[in-house]
Amino acid sequence: MNSLTDFVLVSAMLFGIGVYGLVTKRNALRLLFAVEIMINAANLNFVAFGQYLPSASGAQGPVTNALGQTFVLFSIALAAAEAAVILAIVIVAYRLHQDVDVSELKSMEG
Amino acid sequence: MMVVTVGSAIVALEADEIIYGAIGLAGSLFGVATLFFLLNAPYVAVFQIAVYIGAVAVLILFTVMLVRQEKWAKEVPARSLTRIAGVATGLAITLSLALAVVDTNLSQFTTLANNATFVDIGVLISTGDAPILEVLALVLAAAVVGAMTLARADREEKPQ
Repeated sequence: MNSLTDFVLVSAMLFGIGVYGLVTKRNALRLLFAVEIMINAANLNFVAFGQYLPSASGAQGPVTNALGQTFVLFSIALAAAEAAVILAIVIVAYRLHQDVDVSELKSMEG
Repeated sequence: MMVVTVGSAIVALEADEIIYGAIGLAGSLFGVATLFFLLNAPYVAVFQIAVYIGAVAVLILFTVMLVRQEKWAKEVPARSLTRIAGVATGLAITLSLALAVVDTNLSQFTTLANNATFVDIGVLISTGDAPILEVLALVLAAAVVGAMTLARADREEKPQ
């Protein structure tokens, strides 16, 4: 629980679960869950690498590099915006088609 | 904590009732937040809890309640071929990533950097990354306004 590898492995597992959800699920909300899980895997990687591989070393150990955390703050805000838009689309699709199964939403097929 | 994170992520996707799935997702996000705490990044952890568990999870719960229950209940189980393909893809990606990570010398990094103060992050955001912050504000505003317009225009077309 104290080396960079542990956190990167957890991130890999979360990403794999997200891919599994994207492949198998057809419910729009489950797809949103899968995407959120994958975004969190990426965020975890950002923070882990930023904290374990700082840019320079100081007198009292490695100097912190806040760049990874900064990126994650931006990423979380973007993910929140994305979730809001997706949920609005889900509600509209439900009103129009009375369904949340993405394979039933055929009106947008080319 | 890692077990909680990964376990609730699986629950989020596999729970029978979608409301339990939403709660599982919230648990997984909370697990990631505690991992941020362990990584000496308390500011990001608090931000994660505030935004994800405070806003996104509540938003999802409201959507689940707005859509009638039977629509979620009739969720068709994926065909077994799709399921096998999904499990295989997920496992393949996880295993290849894990093998690639284990193959490197990342495990030699065991020292955490000093705790970044709020001032460090704030300086970074407001100096070098200031244009990103501005664009992000515009994107957020556009997304929220777009979401509200989507949900509202439809109601005018189809009065109940």
